[in-house]
Amino acid sequence: MKHFAAFLEAILLTPSRNQKIAHMVRYFRDAPDPDRGYALAVLTGNLSIANVKAALLKDIVLQKVDPVLFGMSYDYVGDLAETIGLIWPDHDRKDLPTLSGLILELEAADKNRLPGIIAGHLSSATPTERWAIIKLATGNLRVGVSERLAKTALAEFGGKTLDEIEKIWHGLECPYTDLFQWLEGRGPAPEIHHHRTFHPLMLSHPVDEQKDFGNLNPSEFQAEWKWDGIRVQLVLGEGEKAMFSRTGDNIGHTFPDLMESLSGSAVLDGELLVGPDFTPLSFNALQQRLNRKTVTRKMQNEYPPFVRLYDILFDGAEDVRGLPLVERRARLESWIARNPQTKLDLSQIIPYESWEQLRGIRLQGAEEQGHEGVMLKHKDSPYVPGRPKGLWFKWKRDPRLIDAILMYAQRGHGKRSSFYSDYTFGVWKGNEIVPVGKAYFGFTDEELLQIDKWVRHHTISRFGPVREVSKELVFEVAFDSANASSRHRSGVALRFPRIHRIRWDKPAQEADRLETLNSFIE
Amino acid sequence: MPVERAIITHAHGDHARSGHGHVLATPETIGLMKLRYGEDSAMHWQELPYGQSVDVNGVTVSLHPAGHILGSAQVLLESKDRRIVVSGDYKRFSDGTCPAFTPLKCDIFVTEATFGLPVFQHPDPHGEIRKLLTSMKNFPEQSHMVAVYALGKAQRVISLIRQEGYNDPIYLHGAMVNMCDFYQRNGVDLGELRKATGLPKGALKGCLVLAPPSTLKEPWSRRMTDPVLGMASGWMTVKQRARQYGIELPLVISDHADWNELCQTIRETEAGEIWVTHGREDALVHWCETQGLKAAPLHLQGREDEEEA
Ligand SMILES: [Zn+2]
Ligand SMILES: [Zn+2]
Repeated sequence: MKHFAAFLEAILLTPSRNQKIAHMVRYFRDAPDPDRGYALAVLTGNLSIANVKAALLKDIVLQKVDPVLFGMSYDYVGDLAETIGLIWPDHDRKDLPTLSGLILELEAADKNRLPGIIAGHLSSATPTERWAIIKLATGNLRVGVSERLAKTALAEFGGKTLDEIEKIWHGLECPYTDLFQWLEGRGPAPEIHHHRTFHPLMLSHPVDEQKDFGNLNPSEFQAEWKWDGIRVQLVLGEGEKAMFSRTGDNIGHTFPDLMESLSGSAVLDGELLVGPDFTPLSFNALQQRLNRKTVTRKMQNEYPPFVRLYDILFDGAEDVRGLPLVERRARLESWIARNPQTKLDLSQIIPYESWEQLRGIRLQGAEEQGHEGVMLKHKDSPYVPGRPKGLWFKWKRDPRLIDAILMYAQRGHGKRSSFYSDYTFGVWKGNEIVPVGKAYFGFTDEELLQIDKWVRHHTISRFGPVREVSKELVFEVAFDSANASSRHRSGVALRFPRIHRIRWDKPAQEADRLETLNSFIE
Repeated sequence: MPVERAIITHAHGDHARSGHGHVLATPETIGLMKLRYGEDSAMHWQELPYGQSVDVNGVTVSLHPAGHILGSAQVLLESKDRRIVVSGDYKRFSDGTCPAFTPLKCDIFVTEATFGLPVFQHPDPHGEIRKLLTSMKNFPEQSHMVAVYALGKAQRVISLIRQEGYNDPIYLHGAMVNMCDFYQRNGVDLGELRKATGLPKGALKGCLVLAPPSTLKEPWSRRMTDPVLGMASGWMTVKQRARQYGIELPLVISDHADWNELCQTIRETEAGEIWVTHGREDALVHWCETQGLKAAPLHLQGREDEEEA
């Protein structure tokens, strides 16, 4: 536990990305199995143990510490978990369990006994160990490491490429012993059963009309509509069916009507939409069906789901990701002919000759059908996880939309004064996020409640009425124009920014970059 | 504020100023004051070694080790019917650079309260130093730059590092060279020290550099390639604070008593009346009251900045 606590502290406090990677590589090298595997699960948010509320630990502390002194201390420190860790009054000299020992103990314990078990260990720990134990036990593990950064460290540790790690990542399980053996050259690559696994999606870059169209040959690209739903991956076969969101969350249970209808064996990429007879309704309609625990008959009838297929990753058990797009498209068409479906259809290919012609089609589609834009995919492109350069592009209807990350939230005024309703958002600049603007409206009252709750659960520090939140929530921000500004750290000022949509489904690392925003400067 | 007669507990800027008429202090404190403010920064100097006493207007004054920095003293004031102790800054952890704090029995105890909240429970400083040495071993390609207050903390940290067996030269920001020399002249062995300024770029790779906190972001530090930034201070207890300062390697090494030591010391003096100053008066006064002690906050001028802690 000592080793892990020191590691966690170093990761939290190191601002530099490279140094964070160096700390991880060193830890993976020095820590034994299965501790390092559990640490990896902790860092990447893939550990689910029953959590203990910090308030329960506070009750234990308050049996021993004067409440007035506790109150003053909490005011000073500003974070309940850290206050508890620092003020902890009992100290014995018992040995602490290892990280894996502790996690297994917490997993096995009856929920009512958890606070007592944790209290016992806190008494045997140093302040930094107490801090780490409380972070683990309360499930508050945000230390500024994204899953991607952890994977980068794994790749560096084992002398592999990030792509090699990505391809198997979602088939791995804690404590990752087979992964570490392979990375250390002591074992074969872990075997992944694709039918139980999410395979990271291939993503696109926004097209830069001035720069890109000069270099791109229209005949080498396939165009499709960009549908305004949710990107999903269907994993079918061996008696199993799953539907993953782009972040790898299994959301199939929310759409039983869709899942029941599916048959065959494949891994498919598509857009989840709702509407009768394959005619999509608005994104708002789709939202009625997202994040629901139970789905009524009425909902199923009003908002029938379907998936519009873009691509095929596995045809049966065969990995076809290495084939060029045109061949995968032929495979997809043949698969659907062999496996007739009631709730799947194919994304249409838009015929066009020149970029100018496609521009016209795109504008007409936006006007008449409300299309968001078109996708351009290189006909030779293999299916590469992540966002490879030069293969797939999105050409959006409204260029003045960016995906930005919520950084700070502040209480509003008047009737909103009890809600966090003023948002500062930012975009990526290198490996850091820089603030680019503030928005106060564009969301419904219901969404305000949801964001407010999210903010309260993801606060990492507080300055008066302002909360800094963990950088996880993506907003699609609409704005009228962008201007260069020397008064803003980002160098750009947005005119009239508003929250266009809350992207609960989108991981922060896929938010836009400052370069994208700069390209809007007029 | 300059006064006619001053008894100075120790040479830190928030306790010792220039311009007093007559200064009574330990010889080490007077030496340090002359070094910092000049030979004529007081009209008259009166050295009073630990344990000896003088009579000032019918009150017997004596100075006793406070364990805070070289020369630091508690002031004991005795009249026929009363003993008053003014602690100045103090700590209870042993420190190779100055004599250890001696608890004194008294009727009124005036205590500092820099770390007067129960969240401050300072760990063993040797463990903190080992954390630094481990980081230096793990990242030999980088410089390690540790922020320390120039007087007291710097010398204590160096002494601790030497006790842990690190014998390479330690590099100093110019602002702390004087103080270290003074300690060495007073019999505190700090090993080989070198000036960190004026060296070619890259010369400090793998080296340990100590500098005052205010100079961390100054241009001279940019000459170091990708330094690991540390800070030795009691304030490093709170990780969020370390983060705000941009400190990657917080070393919780304090020259002040932590919460438990404040409480322990108050008990040991057996004083019935406690005056609390210099920090979290509210919390410590509250604690005294729960112990049945008469206590009051004493708001003094010139609260110290957080660097010296
Ligand atoms: Zn002092
Ligand atoms: Zn002081």
